[in-house]
Amino acid sequence: MRAAVVVFPGSNCDADAFYALRDELGVQTDYIWHAETDLRGYDLVVIPGGFSYGDYLRCGAIARFSPVMRAVQAHADRGGFVMGICNGFQILCESGLLPGALVRNEGMKFACKPVYLRVENTQSVFTRGYQPQQVIQIPIAHGEGRYVCDEPTLQQLREENRILFRYCSPEGDLSEDWNPNGSVDFIAGVLNERGNVMGMMPHPERACNRGLGSADGCRLFESALGVLVG
Amino acid sequence: MGLNDAEYERICELMKREPTDTELGMFAVMWSEHCGYKYSRPVLQLFKKYREAMEAGGFENAGVIPLNEQFGIAMKVESHNHPSAVEPHQGAATGVGGIIRDIFTMGARPIAILNSLRFGPPTDPRNRYLFEHVVEGISHYGNCIGVPTVAGEIYFHPRYSGNPLVNAMAVGIAPLNQLMLARADEPGSAVIYVGSGTGRDGIHGATFASEALGEDSEEKRPNVQIGDPFMEKLLIEATLEAIQTGAVLGLQDMGAAGLTCTTCEPTAKSGTGVDIEVNQVPTREPGMSAYEIMLSESQERMLLYVKAGEEHQVEAVYKKWGLNAVTIGRVIAENVVRVRQNGEIVAEIPATYLTNECPTYYLDTEEPDYIRAAREFKMDAIPDLDDANQALLKMLSSPNIASKRWVYDQYDWLVQTQTVLPPGEGDAAVLKIRGTEKGIALKIDGNGRYCYFDPVTGGQIAVAEAARNVACTGAMPRAVTDCLNFGNPTKPHVFYQFKGCVEGIAQASEAFDTPVISGNVSFYNESELGEVFPTPTIGMLGILEQVENRVGAGFPESQLTVVLIQPAAFAVNTQQGLGASEYLAVVHQVENGQPAPFLLAEERNLHHFLVKAAEQRLLRSAHDLSDGGLAVALAESAIIYGVGADIVLTEQAADWTERRDAILFGEFQTRVLLSVETGHLDKIKTLVSEYGLQAIPLGTTGGDSLTVRLQGRTVMDLPLSECRKAYQSLSDAMSK
Repeated sequence: MRAAVVVFPGSNCDADAFYALRDELGVQTDYIWHAETDLRGYDLVVIPGGFSYGDYLRCGAIARFSPVMRAVQAHADRGGFVMGICNGFQILCESGLLPGALVRNEGMKFACKPVYLRVENTQSVFTRGYQPQQVIQIPIAHGEGRYVCDEPTLQQLREENRILFRYCSPEGDLSEDWNPNGSVDFIAGVLNERGNVMGMMPHPERACNRGLGSADGCRLFESALGVLVG
Repeated sequence: MGLNDAEYERICELMKREPTDTELGMFAVMWSEHCGYKYSRPVLQLFKKYREAMEAGGFENAGVIPLNEQFGIAMKVESHNHPSAVEPHQGAATGVGGIIRDIFTMGARPIAILNSLRFGPPTDPRNRYLFEHVVEGISHYGNCIGVPTVAGEIYFHPRYSGNPLVNAMAVGIAPLNQLMLARADEPGSAVIYVGSGTGRDGIHGATFASEALGEDSEEKRPNVQIGDPFMEKLLIEATLEAIQTGAVLGLQDMGAAGLTCTTCEPTAKSGTGVDIEVNQVPTREPGMSAYEIMLSESQERMLLYVKAGEEHQVEAVYKKWGLNAVTIGRVIAENVVRVRQNGEIVAEIPATYLTNECPTYYLDTEEPDYIRAAREFKMDAIPDLDDANQALLKMLSSPNIASKRWVYDQYDWLVQTQTVLPPGEGDAAVLKIRGTEKGIALKIDGNGRYCYFDPVTGGQIAVAEAARNVACTGAMPRAVTDCLNFGNPTKPHVFYQFKGCVEGIAQASEAFDTPVISGNVSFYNESELGEVFPTPTIGMLGILEQVENRVGAGFPESQLTVVLIQPAAFAVNTQQGLGASEYLAVVHQVENGQPAPFLLAEERNLHHFLVKAAEQRLLRSAHDLSDGGLAVALAESAIIYGVGADIVLTEQAADWTERRDAILFGEFQTRVLLSVETGHLDKIKTLVSEYGLQAIPLGTTGGDSLTVRLQGRTVMDLPLSECRKAYQSLSDAMSK
């Protein structure tokens, strides 16, 4: 059982993901520099949050061309698990590993706060540790986290049960009051067709210890890693 | 250029010739108040650590307080007022960038940012523009570099309309055996320039900071540097990695006065010199003169002093991160800064001429008339309140008291996953230090109005409040960093304010055993509207031995006993409690009188009581009484988690002979509001008696309203929803 946390110049949640995996979940974890070209030997690859290469263009637009992303693609092709968090989600969308795109928050401002998510799919390898429709609390911290996609893609995501999380109220209701960035259909996280690559804007690695306000994020990593163990 | 005739003559006398243009520029920036502290130095001697450091031969980039045997905490606060007044986004952003560099140049990893901001009333469009863009600048820069912005304070007053204050504070953690110094001890070692290229931005920024703002200040926009947080993030990682090689002997950030400061200060301290070639300096545009290169304040650059023969190790690290690392010269034994362009000497100045020879001025002080008037001001002219509900709602919606959620929602306060008491939930932020059981509590605080009406007491209060905030979380106050924002020091009344405030800060920091370990002076905070309130801001570090014992400020649940802690001999005094208060300003539009005096020893006892009570896990919440007094503290503790309270102010709790406005909204020091398990009340009472304090039960938490009875009558009865609405008014207004 080994996990990799990719480090781009400008990544800044790499250490948080590393510590969550190693210290909270007890997983052997390595940092992988963006110039690396080989991810063989790893079971789970985490693409963390941050501002890869400064993100002065569209977020993730440069990172997709990095050597390590070819290795991430190969890892996914082999059926390995990939989790993109925040900037990592943006990079996966830019790379075409996940559908859709992340654009400027509806309110135009960066937003850092705890939000509520409803678990929409408990069949995936990443979310099978949760209860159906369970409401969990995970913080967000992004300026460009509004998920958008075209109508056919949205239809497909719904039909194939690939929406993993939706923003919701503490009671689990969907309402624009509880949609922190204006994402289409309240989407906070999605899955690829094959079911081994996921991306989400909220930060589960920041919710792996009660001291930080919530440990609801642990289940996500446990699900992915637990499947591999089993 | 900022030098006066006498200073120019002194330079000629020292040099025994006329200086070259480049040399003159170098003198002008180093002899500015911003770099040379020529006006403030005699007064800063009041700070014990400063005095000791000057005697020992130099003040380092930032102070360090040991956390345990392995690690120490570094912190420093710095102003970026003038740049933010003309270009708020970049001014604030580069303020954050500069202070972060001061931290990691010590070998410390930055772990927190705080800020203290002052603007004119946000109802004015220009002020609102400055406020919005300063916040945006801090948010953009801090979020991008991955350092959490965990706490801060914002205050609005017409006095800051022409000249906002933007003070940024950074905190870092360093292995005690790897602390870096800004020194250049070994002749022959390489002078390595790292980071961004040098551009024409920010030339004479330090001089700009040492003049008052005027109508032409907008034209100084080119003096404001442009920040690149991505570059800063790379510089943090690369520099901390470079230090690990063991090849770096010393380093300094290129902040104010750029390459001039980073060559002369370390060599002056070490008794050495440098010989550098400016053509080796990476530039952003061709054809830059030696003058421009030596004075540029382009951001995200540092100068390293590296062991001869080991340059390649350092260069390799920076190359990995895609950064410049260029040897531009060598340390020499001779105590001279020699600058060449194309091999020709364009400047040659003994380093100490630029630093130690900076003239010192002993300025006049004079007590201003308005202070004498404030001393005589009588509250009798002000009628007592008749509607406490309305008064409370008015206070809660005052931008100075209202929630700053709109601001901190824009800051990433959780990155690095150490923030265990977040903004809005405690009197200070608390970080759990990874790999230890310890926590640090951080707060920045200041009250310009108090300092305006009584500089010495105001200075004391600034330290006392910050320390009390930290102690309310259960942390022992340990050290201070201060940023001293004042008007033109050559005006005797301004220097009187400055000297008084520094005296107050020095007294309080000695009484609390919280030394001033670093700081910054910012004069000339004036505009055509006059000088700002004298505004020292105090950054406070506290240490929690067991972070699990931390305490928040909100009532966490129903059925707890609300307790007021205050000195055993305390009595409400209307005259003192309303002096210079927020209540007087908000409800009566009167700003006069003086803040209530207090005893530093009693205040210190209160901090120690809070730490002890937190250790014994007796506190469910602790919140200090400050702006808006008891009523506002009650409302804030209730709003945080939406738990109301039923309060009865008995004769023991409030001297009924005093006025209701003073009882409810009067501002006195050395008081805190607790909630405790009812079963712990006796233990609290026993404990306070050991510290010369009294504990007065006020009532019970619960319900969804706040009620207060006084003299048997209900004087306040408000649903929490109404309180919250008033408290959110600033954030609601800014979201529109």
